[in-house]
Amino acid sequence: MVYVIRRLLQAVFLALVMSFLVFTGIFAVGNPVDILIDPEATQAERVRLIAQLGLDRPFHEQYFVFLGNVLQGDFGNSFVYNRPALGLILERMPATLELAFAAIVIAVVLGIPLGMYAGLRPGTAGSQTVMAGSILGFSVPNFWQAIMLIMIFSVMLGWFPVSGRGQVGEFMGIRSSLFTLNGLQHMALPAINLAIGHLALVIRLARSGTQEVKAQDFIRFARAKGLREPRIVLVHLLRNILIPIVTLVGMSFGGLIAFAVVTESIFAWPGMGKLIIDSIRQLDRPVVVAYLIVIVVIFIILNLLVDLLYSLIDPRIRLDGAKQ
Amino acid sequence: MSLLEINNLQTHFFTSGGVVKAVDGVSYHVDRGEVLAVVGESGSGKSVTGLSVMGLIDAPGRVVGGSIRFDGREIANLPGHAMRQLRGARIAMIFQDPMMTLNPVLRVDTQMVETIHAHREMSKSAAWALCRDTLGRVGIPAPDERMRAFPHQFSGGMRQRVAIAIALLNKPDLIIADEPTTALDVTIQAQILHLMQGLVEEDGTGLVWITHDLSVVAGFADRVAVMYAGEIVEQATTDSLIEAPQHPYSRGLIGSVPSRNRRGARLAQIPGGAPPALNRPEGCRFAPRCAYRMAGCDAPQSLRNNVRCWRADELPAFDEVPA
Repeated sequence: MVYVIRRLLQAVFLALVMSFLVFTGIFAVGNPVDILIDPEATQAERVRLIAQLGLDRPFHEQYFVFLGNVLQGDFGNSFVYNRPALGLILERMPATLELAFAAIVIAVVLGIPLGMYAGLRPGTAGSQTVMAGSILGFSVPNFWQAIMLIMIFSVMLGWFPVSGRGQVGEFMGIRSSLFTLNGLQHMALPAINLAIGHLALVIRLARSGTQEVKAQDFIRFARAKGLREPRIVLVHLLRNILIPIVTLVGMSFGGLIAFAVVTESIFAWPGMGKLIIDSIRQLDRPVVVAYLIVIVVIFIILNLLVDLLYSLIDPRIRLDGAKQ
Repeated sequence: MSLLEINNLQTHFFTSGGVVKAVDGVSYHVDRGEVLAVVGESGSGKSVTGLSVMGLIDAPGRVVGGSIRFDGREIANLPGHAMRQLRGARIAMIFQDPMMTLNPVLRVDTQMVETIHAHREMSKSAAWALCRDTLGRVGIPAPDERMRAFPHQFSGGMRQRVAIAIALLNKPDLIIADEPTTALDVTIQAQILHLMQGLVEEDGTGLVWITHDLSVVAGFADRVAVMYAGEIVEQATTDSLIEAPQHPYSRGLIGSVPSRNRRGARLAQIPGGAPPALNRPEGCRFAPRCAYRMAGCDAPQSLRNNVRCWRADELPAFDEVPA
């Protein structure tokens, strides 16, 4: 419990530092007044707007005003949409979350068995195919994979729609396109596109973990006990290779949410990534700042969850970080 | 009929550098309630022999010849599922490093109960109770609590007791113990030895005790097989081996036990090291290190009267050799 509280305090501090960095960074680029104001406006109108927005005040004052507002949940209004920036982002978040979630599920559900197979049967044709595929997976550029997926499965075979998010269904109060067939069809290609790189990584981690663990004495002892092979592999081996995979999945998930930009753009997926790209292009400061802070918070939460999971998987890891 | 009879066992490893004949024609037998010590230095093939009996030789290794009869039944190269039914049920094995033999992420009760369920139907609670009682039997205090602990919460000696308890769970006829005390403190070693001695006596279990430490053997084993470079060089009852070793290698081993040496005198040793497994001498494998070597030693040696040395009868009595 103490550990969780300490981690939360660290997280708050981290968020604070990030808010400062983000604010400074955004302060340094461009002048939002140029976009906001009618080019025909007089100098007097211009000065009035600057004063109204508080842009004439010194940097640190602006920062504290900003921080005070953020603490009250106010990230300012989008210059472009003239609506609260945070609301704009949270509106898009489910689309990105469901996509990232689907991608991670694909990566883990396929990656762990394939990697373990490659680790248990090295040198076989199947294992070499898996490993060659994983090299392709993370060396072929993501955008090219996306275009190829669209060309083959949408254009040539016509199995999946080319772009967009399909119908949204509701299940237990959660609205997501995971719950309709049409939604799943729309999601398949972008999710696969997002998953491929991570799938390749999961395969590699699962394989190297398997190779390391299968040579351990406790696996040999498990055999000496006369356990059946499935139990040895699914309980004794799997539990021991999970830690690096959980780390990767935690980090990947954050990365997928934050940087699904390319995939979302290509498949016209109405998620946060697409919003942020548009906002940067239009110098929509409040949206960019709010987005970055939301991402920081997501990363912090994921990190915390990963650490908590460690202690569930490996009893030797105590939450205070010491090994017993 | 012996419980375990190994005859001319050959276990080879097919490596890129050549065929390593880790076990090259080994024969020994163990009866119920008997303790056989297999002694030899690292690489002599003593562990590989044990693993061959368990059917636990991994690629690139393979049992290529000879027979392993367990309770009258040939088990060398038995199909996997049949071997699995024997392993942990009728033949159990304990390994050297107790820090490594228990799965670090599973609780002790999980690792024990699964051993029972791999071999027979039993309700979860009955299996749990049996495991707890077995933990108590190997001298683990407060077994009820310790069942729920993880391996890292045990000391090395206690972990080896857990491993022994696991080996005992299905009341095996034979236990193969591969240097189970080597990684432990001397005092703990003595406790484990004492424990094992009591347990095999109680249950009438046959025990193969693999070790490189002769001092462990005395007073514990009934018979000793000395292995060198993949072969057995001498087999005898423990008393006669310790008092009157025949083979020059056994003599060397016993001569190098420090307690035998006079205080202040230089410690006795066997010069040189074991030959590399891929490049063993053509004739007697011990000849390059042997103090009694002569021209006739270039021929391969066979076991005669349980000693693999053609000159064994001519050598001076062991007691007369200056320490």
